[in-house]
Amino acid sequence: MKFASEFRDPKAAKVLLAEIAKVADQIGAMKDKPVHIMEVCGGHTHSIFRYGLDKLVHEGIEFIHGPGCPVCVLPRARVDECIEIAEREGVIFTTFGDAMRVPGTKKSLLQAKADGADIRMVYSPLDALELARRNPEREVVFFGLGFETTTPSTALAIQQAAREGLGNFSVFCNHITVPEPIKALLDDPHMCLDGFIGPGHVSMVIGIHPYDFIAQDYGKPIAVAGFEPLDLLQSVLMVLRQIAEGRAEVENQYARVVPEYGNPVSLAAIDDVYETRPSFEWRGLGEIDKSGLRIRTQYEAYDAEEKFGIGYAAGRREVEEAEGCACGQVMTGRMKPVECPQFGRGCTPEMPLGALMVSSEGACAAYWQYGGARAVEPAE
Amino acid sequence: MALRDERVTLAHGGGGKAMRDLIEEVFTSVFAPPGMEDQARLQAEALAEPGARLAFTTDSYVVTPIEFPGGDIGKIAVCGTVNDLAVGGAKPLWLSAAFIIEEGTEIALLRRIVATMAREAEAAGVKIVTGDTKVVGRGACDGVFVTTAGVGVIPGGVEMAAGLVAPGDVAIVNGVLGDHGATILAARGDLALSSAIESDCAALGHLMADVLAVAPGAKAARDLTRGGLASALNEIAEAAGCGIEIAEDALPLRTEVVGMCEILGLDPLYLANEGRLVVFVPEAEAEAALAAMRARPEGAGAVIVGCAVEGHKQVRMTTAFGGQRIVDMLVGEQLPRIC
Repeated sequence: MKFASEFRDPKAAKVLLAEIAKVADQIGAMKDKPVHIMEVCGGHTHSIFRYGLDKLVHEGIEFIHGPGCPVCVLPRARVDECIEIAEREGVIFTTFGDAMRVPGTKKSLLQAKADGADIRMVYSPLDALELARRNPEREVVFFGLGFETTTPSTALAIQQAAREGLGNFSVFCNHITVPEPIKALLDDPHMCLDGFIGPGHVSMVIGIHPYDFIAQDYGKPIAVAGFEPLDLLQSVLMVLRQIAEGRAEVENQYARVVPEYGNPVSLAAIDDVYETRPSFEWRGLGEIDKSGLRIRTQYEAYDAEEKFGIGYAAGRREVEEAEGCACGQVMTGRMKPVECPQFGRGCTPEMPLGALMVSSEGACAAYWQYGGARAVEPAE
Repeated sequence: MALRDERVTLAHGGGGKAMRDLIEEVFTSVFAPPGMEDQARLQAEALAEPGARLAFTTDSYVVTPIEFPGGDIGKIAVCGTVNDLAVGGAKPLWLSAAFIIEEGTEIALLRRIVATMAREAEAAGVKIVTGDTKVVGRGACDGVFVTTAGVGVIPGGVEMAAGLVAPGDVAIVNGVLGDHGATILAARGDLALSSAIESDCAALGHLMADVLAVAPGAKAARDLTRGGLASALNEIAEAAGCGIEIAEDALPLRTEVVGMCEILGLDPLYLANEGRLVVFVPEAEAEAALAAMRARPEGAGAVIVGCAVEGHKQVRMTTAFGGQRIVDMLVGEQLPRIC
């Protein structure tokens, strides 16, 4: 697999791991006094466990798994609203696959589908648009979900629908942004993070400068990283070197893909279609200012919130998280997934209670799936 | 040719002449079951051997699309049931085939499915001896559903069960993993992915017989259908009460399959196969079993992927990086991620 194998070369990994260990020793990182590096993106969390990187790096480095899985952080009330729309007469509700299992207060989209709602899995909002063209008598709603990575494609679908004057297509917009929750985490007085690994796919769209505040205002290093194991190891090294040299900068490890100032076409589409919400709720983290997007009034004909009368207002029907669920503490690095009293007991991938167990890219699910927790259990 | 229609109508399920014409022309003329009674009557000389036992299995097949690169629903229906018998150490002998057909299905499609089934059954050394057809209204099923049941004979002395696997036993798979799952994903056409991958669908009765001839101590085998290698190994580890360790480096995977999984966020270890099995044999018989597999076209890509171990009861994989991770049972279906 030429396109990826060079980023999975064990020999190159050994060199990087040795270098990481050297710098970690140099800055005095120890098992009892580790350097906390947050990988913001769920894709990174997944790669770390898939390749066992957490166990390969120096014992003085601890990965803190951030809030970067859009499926995980979707509040339960929003899932309930999805189901409410999906169960309306005449609606075809379309969604990405991994949103199907997210539990609302009563059920998930998967259960709603079994109950008779016409819910279909698509791979792109353009597939939903095509469904709308083929079913003019039905209202096709696309569940717009995700960070800056998926935001432009939903915008392009809305622009296309507007150009065609499609009257039966709308988007239930739950797009969220990455920089604001990082700011919220940094403002948390209990936060104990020493550096960040930034999501590469997000920066393909927005570039690296939206993270300047992390370095400039909070004095923390960040490396925007790709998703292959060598990308991640190299990013860890970049962050460690910044710490060792007393620097705090935004570095671009993923320069082969990430343009410094992002993708102008995507940014223009985002700007044309969306505006920032005053506040948006994050499962496990609560309300975060200016962290969500809504569709501009210019495109309100394609806004499912308008069409179905489901608005979003801060503090509306807040849904309590399950008792004992410690997602917020795990995401701020105060607790490891295994330390959560619900982990593996009340909360498993089959019956997820908390945000981080919901999607396979959530930190707790990755811990569970790849045995970050259980592989270290003593043999019976 | 009494059958003039191009498509199946409800009349073809009504019990009258139309139904008789459909059954005779499309099914029995091709499968040629012995006699024309309501039940197959079978000579079971093999059963007379000391210690021989009957093996009996059934499975229903629903697949979209019905025809795909490398096969169709008929091929899966024959191979799947043959394989269910073979992995238990049985020699597959007879199959039944029941069809649930959606009103409006093209007769030509049925003929193609039946031709495939007849061809695959002959190649696998089994006979389709009885069957059934039902026609349901439009929308009540998705085209054609096929159910096959199979009967085979386990020779005396052959004893295979997942619970017999013990530490030290070696796990061998007969070829590249995930081709069938990847083919079906691509063939559904909603991925905008083009691919040259074909389904691995194949009957494995002959292959298993060859393995058993040189590795009589073979402990257990599983065909790697839904849930892929990962699920089969977990089932075996649980039944055997021991751990299984595999090496990522050793896993036979096609570049295209790995690439497709990367794009969709799927794990090829969990992708479905229709012509792949894993067999556990004692270490001393591993090389012979491997050679026997490789001597057959459906086992040409056979490799050792790991072994059963003491010390834990999980399925663990050493990654190409030297890290270790658990390979767990899948929760529900694999769902493509959003980004």
